[in-house]
Amino acid sequence: MEYLLAFLVGGAICSLGQLLMDLTLLTSAHVLVLFVCLGALLSGLGIYGGLVKLGGAGATIPLTGFGHAMVQGILEEIEAKGAIGILSGSFKNTTVGLVAAIVLGVIMALVFDPKG
Amino acid sequence: MAAENQTRKQQKYQRRVQQKKPKPPVVRNVIAAFVVGGLICVIGQVILNFCCALGLSVQEAGAPTAAVMVALGSLLTGLGWYDELGKFAGAGSAVPITGFANSVVSPALEFKREGFILGVGARMFVVAGPVLVYGTLTSVMVGFVHWLVKSR
Repeated sequence: MEYLLAFLVGGAICSLGQLLMDLTLLTSAHVLVLFVCLGALLSGLGIYGGLVKLGGAGATIPLTGFGHAMVQGILEEIEAKGAIGILSGSFKNTTVGLVAAIVLGVIMALVFDPKG
Repeated sequence: MAAENQTRKQQKYQRRVQQKKPKPPVVRNVIAAFVVGGLICVIGQVILNFCCALGLSVQEAGAPTAAVMVALGSLLTGLGWYDELGKFAGAGSAVPITGFANSVVSPALEFKREGFILGVGARMFVVAGPVLVYGTLTSVMVGFVHWLVKSR
């Protein structure tokens, strides 16, 4: 059931992105920026937390979940340290994914050559 | 007169382009995005549950799950498979965090020939950069509003 919900929620978010790409002039880069902002806004409104409860990884793996993680980091930091948390929280929960992407990006560039 | 002609010609041309341009097969694309995006999230759920089985709380398990998904996305990009998947799945492979990894690794590979500083280093964030800039901006604004409301 957990896996079905992850599939449905994650699939729905991705197909929304596809609809935006096909029916508007937005490119995938625009959609990714839009989604991270949308996730952050919905997180602030307390809506995205509910979606995560429902869909698990289906809500955290899409890029909207990245925006949600940024906001949750800030809210946790505000709770712990006050106003400085506004500036210290964005990357509290997102550092691991980000650093992994940077390190692996360089390693992949060392190991592989572009195809075609 | 000549200028007017030109614009009329341009309009006619635009209309022709609109007519002749193949319409994207929206239904097919949306289904492909749904299935592939959904399956990537199921893989994420499997990894998340595995981390939880190792004794992490759901909150703690988020970071290692993200790391593994980024690693998968990076490796498949290096092998050239993720871009093949992207042709088929569109947003289904672009929107999950594996697609974020792809957006970092893919230009890193492509611009390798321009060197490791101005090629790999500079171009890595060509898509991920805007995502981080506006994600950070939005999250800080949300945090600021939250702090204002909370501290009143």
